[in-house]
Amino acid sequence: MNETIDVDQYRISREPFYQPQGKEVVLFEAAYASRMPVMLKGPTGCGKSRFVEHMAWKLEKPLVTVACNEDMTASDLVGRFLLDASGTRWQDGPLTIAARMGAICYLDEIVEARQDTTVVIHPLTDYRRTLPLDKKGELIEAHPDFQLVISYNPGYQSLMKDLKQSTKQRFSAMEFDYAAAEVEAGIVARETGAGADLARKLVKIAHVARNLKGHGLDEGISTRLLVYAATLIRDGIEPNDACRMALVRPITDDADIRDTLDHAIDTIFA
Amino acid sequence: MNSKQLTCGFPRVQSVFGDCLEHAAKLLNDSGVNAYIDGAQSICRMGRGEEPVLAFLEEMPTAAALLGEEIIPEAVEFTRMLARSPNSRAMAPFLESMASASRALESRELFTEYLNLVNQIMLRTTPKVHGIDAMYASACLPEFLKSAPYLFGRLSLGGIRNWAEYGIKGYAADPDRQRDYFLMQSADSLAVLQRERHGTLFSDNEKKLDRYLRGLWEMEAAFVPYSLAFDILRKPVPYFDNLGIHLPDVYEDLPGVRGIDRYRALLAHLCAHLRWSEPVMADNLSPFQRIAVEVFEDSRVEYLAMQEYPGLAKLWRKLHPAPQEGACPEGWSGIRHRLFMLSRALLDPAHPYSNPAILRHAEVFRETMRRGPSSTEEMVDMGVRFIAQTRERADLSAKVYFEGTEVDYRDDNRLMWRFFEEGDEEESDRKPRRSQEKAEMERLPPRLYPEWDYSAGHYRPDWVSVYEHLHPKGDPVHIDRLLSKHALLARRLRKVIDMLKPQNRVRIRYQEEGSDLDLDVAIRSLIDFRGGAQPDMRINMSHRHDGRSIAVSLLLDLSASLADVPEGCAQSKLEISQEAVSLLAWAVEKIGDPLAIGGFHSDTRHEVRYLHFKGYGEHWGDEVKGRLAAMEAGCSTRMGAAMRHAGHYLAHQNSDKKLLLVLTDGEPSDVDVQDSRLLTEDARIAVRELDTKGIYTYCISLDRQADEYVSDIFGNRHTVIDNVASLPDRLPALFMALTK
Repeated sequence: MNETIDVDQYRISREPFYQPQGKEVVLFEAAYASRMPVMLKGPTGCGKSRFVEHMAWKLEKPLVTVACNEDMTASDLVGRFLLDASGTRWQDGPLTIAARMGAICYLDEIVEARQDTTVVIHPLTDYRRTLPLDKKGELIEAHPDFQLVISYNPGYQSLMKDLKQSTKQRFSAMEFDYAAAEVEAGIVARETGAGADLARKLVKIAHVARNLKGHGLDEGISTRLLVYAATLIRDGIEPNDACRMALVRPITDDADIRDTLDHAIDTIFA
Repeated sequence: MNSKQLTCGFPRVQSVFGDCLEHAAKLLNDSGVNAYIDGAQSICRMGRGEEPVLAFLEEMPTAAALLGEEIIPEAVEFTRMLARSPNSRAMAPFLESMASASRALESRELFTEYLNLVNQIMLRTTPKVHGIDAMYASACLPEFLKSAPYLFGRLSLGGIRNWAEYGIKGYAADPDRQRDYFLMQSADSLAVLQRERHGTLFSDNEKKLDRYLRGLWEMEAAFVPYSLAFDILRKPVPYFDNLGIHLPDVYEDLPGVRGIDRYRALLAHLCAHLRWSEPVMADNLSPFQRIAVEVFEDSRVEYLAMQEYPGLAKLWRKLHPAPQEGACPEGWSGIRHRLFMLSRALLDPAHPYSNPAILRHAEVFRETMRRGPSSTEEMVDMGVRFIAQTRERADLSAKVYFEGTEVDYRDDNRLMWRFFEEGDEEESDRKPRRSQEKAEMERLPPRLYPEWDYSAGHYRPDWVSVYEHLHPKGDPVHIDRLLSKHALLARRLRKVIDMLKPQNRVRIRYQEEGSDLDLDVAIRSLIDFRGGAQPDMRINMSHRHDGRSIAVSLLLDLSASLADVPEGCAQSKLEISQEAVSLLAWAVEKIGDPLAIGGFHSDTRHEVRYLHFKGYGEHWGDEVKGRLAAMEAGCSTRMGAAMRHAGHYLAHQNSDKKLLLVLTDGEPSDVDVQDSRLLTEDARIAVRELDTKGIYTYCISLDRQADEYVSDIFGNRHTVIDNVASLPDRLPALFMALTK
């Protein structure tokens, strides 16, 4: 019934660059040793996904990543029946695949998914470690190497976008934040080959925007955007233009904030 | 030298004529001078005294030099027209405004426009008796002409026209206040002036500046704008104290620097002080030493700020004056001049100065700053040393050379000084008097709203004061009794409510992609497929959330007419409204939409009261019922302001749809408004404003004659309820129909 899964496509062959900021690598390894589910919290673009990739590479385990969205249903995770010439055929969803082959399953931005979708992970995250496929009448025992990791951005400040207590309390959690200025500048420099001075200036602009969080900005400028900006500058774009394009225009439509950030760019890249 | 002479009997005219002619000859060619003398001659012959002639002689050469000599006969002609009208008193002020008008207008066409404007003002402010207007002089015209030079300094001609227009229309029935308006002595006059000003207004940019503080300087501070318009002798300077940052309400653009950047330059300087300055004792230093220390300290914090934000250097260098070396005349005190050359040298390494003392001190300063952030204390030493080493005898002269020594983005540095003695320093006059403080404590400060003036086609700024209160409480049992009276109706409503209640999941069938296989369709497709026919690919189904997100604000008109008992009813409109509102509130609570109930009535524009019965977050309970039970009627109906206020709260609701229901029994009116159309038009504009904010406004009128005005205000979004007794029945039904 099931074709054999090509595990190799989920393996990570090259080491993804990750700059540890604290004890997160050790802690994650400890959680993995007992296959404890892990929740990664932190603002967007601060390196959560990169961290998971890095850990999957380090532990030499395949990684199945699912980006969650509002329209996602339980069957998008678990699997569904499809029609083919001979009748119906069951197609495993990513969660099922991961549970079968013993991968790390990473549900990115879990709060985006609806709450009725989120509950299908419950039986996998406690002592049972099983996944019932009720439509198919099958109960999957999770592979001994299987681990569930979710990421979650608590900054949304919306009643609708929060995890249920019953979901939250099945996970151990690690808090991520943007790295300290020097470290972050190092990350930007390492990712793009930008000079130390340029990287420091970019981080300074990011700090201006992060100070405005909650005052018209939902989220500050992420490390990811800084990497974009540095990449544009590396490819020969003027710093002022690159920063406007990569740092300011994506995060805000508010004319006042845009103006303030543009001004900050001009004073920093004078 | 022109040989023409002026035949004019006024001795003062004769005595200045020679000088004036000489001045005119320098500016104008021969024909111009001839026209000038002819003009003076004509004005002299008009026989309205010496003042117009003197004004003409004084002003005209400059004006003609700027705009061409053709304007001389034009101005003379206009003056003649004034002389023949009852407004001859305005001749001298008119001629006195010539030079400033020409300077500001810069073109002949605009000058003619200006004459038209003066003419318009004259015609329209002249009192009319029985429709005949050639008898009395306009009281406003001379006042306007006297204000004109000041206005030209601040407004464009278009701005002046709007400003004058407002005065003419706003006080058409009140000549005394109109005169105050044109004298610029009334608050409205200044407010309109402010609105028409050119330059970068603080009020338009407050948010941006707040973001600037937070973003770049991680600071939070209140802004206290002051106006530069009223202090002519002593210009206020920005400063920081425990009330917040005091800064000018408007900055003109300068060449190369936009107004907003001037604000930023000021804030950056202040923030640099707040970050790096430590207060030091002032009492031991002489005034000279103090300003020297201030210059060094200003330069130090700016140096540090420029390390962090290099772009500030460019901005500050553009704003900092560059005093000319050696410009200070003999015998004048050059202390400020010397210090601000130094200040320039510290800010701008590419300075042109060669004074050895300045070069030496600038070098010492740079050396110190290269070593680290230094400190205010160290700057005190430097300042004292500078004064000691560059002292000159002339420094003590009373004539201080001020040219180029004012740095307008710098504050007055009060935050870097501490004084042993409290008392005569700047702070002491800031403390508000006790009684004033107390009077303000008693109620919340009003919110000010503009009002639309349809005849002028613009808003009257901050015209209406809305005071809000919680409605006093009464006995909630009263409302329960009313509700039980309508038990039958309530039962009927409940059925409708159940249907309106949001269904959370709805199945959508016939989807190509979906969460589940729709078995019926799938089997049919499979049969088609096996039978060789084209199968339907849409065999899945999915689900959709059918939510309901509506915020409702119900606005009740509580004016005096509500207490009337309509024909054929046993109850007053007030009681019927109470019943209807209670039923509606009960129904909406059952449906689960957030609902706020507010009431309003007004007693002139200075007192519009907005009473809260129920907030969005409150439940339909005894608290709310109690307030509804105590509902009372009184005063008038200033609808526009109340709708703006209700809309202000509604706009902040986090719902997809926003509905403002207005329940009223008459047209908008107030005791201080004679023109019945004014408030109706204002309400119409208010509805349009709310529309742009995504608020749907709907009116339920209990006035049978409402058709005349209600559609003017609300368009077709209204219902007139003829039979008031049916309101409890109709109101919930209407609400449900609107939100289905």
